[in-house]
Amino acid sequence: MALWFPYLATDRLTKRKQPKSALVVAAKEANALRLSAVSPQAETLGLTRGMALADARAMVPEITVAMADEQADVRLLEKIATWCDRFTPFVAIDLPDVLLLDVTGVAHLFGGERGLLDALRNAFKKQKLAVRMALAGTAMAARALARECDGAIAAPGEESAMVATLPIDALLLDPNVTHAFRRAGLKTIGQVASRMRAELVGRFGYEVAATVDRALGRGEKPISPRLPLPDYMAEHRFAEPVTNQDVVSATLQKLAESLAHILEERGEGARALDAAFFRADGAVFRLGIETGRPTRDPKIVERLFREKLSSLADPLDPGFGFDLIRLSVPHAERIHPEAISFDASQQDDDEIGFLIDRLAARFGAARVLSFLANDTHIPEAAAVAAPAQHARESKTAWETVRNAGEAPRRPLRMFERPEPIEAVAEIPDGPPLRFRWRRALHEVTLAEGPERIAMEWWRHQPTMPTRDYFRVEDKSGRRFWLYRAGLYGRETAEPKWFVHGVFA
Amino acid sequence: MAVVMSVLLQFKADTPTLIESLRTAEPEPTHPRVRLGHPGADACLKGGLRTGALHEVFPAETGCEGSASGFAVGLAACVAQKRKLLWIRQDFSAFEFGELSATGLLDLGIDPARVLLLRLPDVTSALRATGDALTCAGLGAVILEIPGAQKKLDLVTSRRLTLAAARKGVTVFLLRFAAEADSSSAETRWQVAPARSAEKQDDWGFPRFAAALTRNRHGATGDWIMEWNSDEQSFGAPHRGAVVSVSGDRPAHKTEAA
Repeated sequence: MALWFPYLATDRLTKRKQPKSALVVAAKEANALRLSAVSPQAETLGLTRGMALADARAMVPEITVAMADEQADVRLLEKIATWCDRFTPFVAIDLPDVLLLDVTGVAHLFGGERGLLDALRNAFKKQKLAVRMALAGTAMAARALARECDGAIAAPGEESAMVATLPIDALLLDPNVTHAFRRAGLKTIGQVASRMRAELVGRFGYEVAATVDRALGRGEKPISPRLPLPDYMAEHRFAEPVTNQDVVSATLQKLAESLAHILEERGEGARALDAAFFRADGAVFRLGIETGRPTRDPKIVERLFREKLSSLADPLDPGFGFDLIRLSVPHAERIHPEAISFDASQQDDDEIGFLIDRLAARFGAARVLSFLANDTHIPEAAAVAAPAQHARESKTAWETVRNAGEAPRRPLRMFERPEPIEAVAEIPDGPPLRFRWRRALHEVTLAEGPERIAMEWWRHQPTMPTRDYFRVEDKSGRRFWLYRAGLYGRETAEPKWFVHGVFA
Repeated sequence: MAVVMSVLLQFKADTPTLIESLRTAEPEPTHPRVRLGHPGADACLKGGLRTGALHEVFPAETGCEGSASGFAVGLAACVAQKRKLLWIRQDFSAFEFGELSATGLLDLGIDPARVLLLRLPDVTSALRATGDALTCAGLGAVILEIPGAQKKLDLVTSRRLTLAAARKGVTVFLLRFAAEADSSSAETRWQVAPARSAEKQDDWGFPRFAAALTRNRHGATGDWIMEWNSDEQSFGAPHRGAVVSVSGDRPAHKTEAA
């Protein structure tokens, strides 16, 4: 299905402020101001798109001129597309002024295809947006029909007959090509199509021939939807907009139940779920949750959404009510049968997985972390804290430089930014005798080191000098991990000292 | 901020009924005790640390936060056995006292893969997350790290944590930095400082703690030098020339009767 907004730019301006006289939109093109859009009123006065502004003024002195704002037009089109999401998740934007909707299997919800067209037309009429629409088997056929015969519904197999009678302008080809067809006496799409295909390709290139084919419903070029299509979705439409939070969460659970049935049949579970709340006034709210493992239990889904809803800074504002709630699964994964077991530790893991999902839904996935080993000897990079929901088993094993029976070599708490200290050392490259950190003076009684850690040569950065690490213990038994940045004499004359962590 | 406010309001609203319910709470189910490995401490604790309860760990003075963390994670590892640990901490704490390091855990003999880290912005969300975590019987233990004086950590909160811990048997360790010990319903309270290593050794040996049990709801108090054995993951008495740290610059422990 195609929706063409012939007066998109002027409708946008008229909505804001009714102009006193015929409205035209002008844009600079090849150093001349030309009309890029004209209102219906201006059109009746004989003004057309592409006309020079000076000519238009000469013809009709009393016109209101606005400068073109293509981005505002695109934004409006996107807004309309978002609103159209309530009819089908597959909405594509065909710039500058066409929306393509895949309404396969949707029409019956609105009382048939005619009903769907009427519903859309009424909605746009209320919004004072002029629209031409048509429904056909392929997107290009629908687009061509929308141009020329508004409201057309091409039954399967009828596209080519209907489209063939349309003038070639409906194809939206390059103006030069259209002009060439006209000069050759080919006025309708049917006439163009009746020529030998080889001639067409030879004269105008493959793309033109393919466009003609598509318009006639003989081929389809995939159109890409604005939003990624979910793997599964379920939705509930309300006859009356609902505002009650309980109804909203009950609906979510009901949708989750119907999704669970489909998922179960396919042996799959959701790794992510999106809920979209379509408000009656056109606003759309979207909420997403993720799970650490494929899940389809409606209770879990409902619980996770409850966590998410309660964590929102400003709660879901129903305004005049939601008229559609849609739950979709953007990412489904196979549930492996062996994952279901009665093992006690497996049960623990399941419980912890659910806890992680709940915490992630409430506080954000980036705050619930688990540690992964990293294959490097740079101390601050040896482990990464990754979101626990997405964490897989570490590829690298944990490696320690500590031998059995020895003291820890790495501190339990490490500062993200090593803190500078004032240290006094006996010899420039020896361990410190005493150091001052956070205004407290520490007398070193035991020191062990240096453990020299240089930047790995393949990621050498001149700003990162070699570090000599020392483990030191002060008089009261506190153990610190200090380092001296820079090799004395070679990299720096005055090495700086830092405390990088504290031991248990 | 709006979230915090709403939680606060909710909290205020149900406080009277909550106190009522806390008074009439059912007797706590008894969860097993876990041996720490240090004979003196285990005897004092009548067989070990109680699971499914709230325990508090304080640094004995400023600067002992590393030791207190190590001691708390040691206790948690004893309790959790092979199960997972959840460490809840606030952003400020990492900045001030250092972020929990996986390699550091590894050197204490604790597999970093067993530890989940939850980073939260404030104490309200930390308490809320703890409440959630204590419903998850699969967890071995929860370490809740809260720096600074907190009005929210009152007797009601502490009682609430105790009850939640008892319900599913998940032990919770409250690690408090830069704060005075306040009235609470904790099972035990520990004040931890580092103990000096045996001098003139090639290797310093395992981490040592001067741990004072200043509160014990079901027994006596005491203080010991405890050593964390990274290889066996248990505490023990130091076996190489123990040197008690000079406590000249440290105030004597306040011992509080249970």
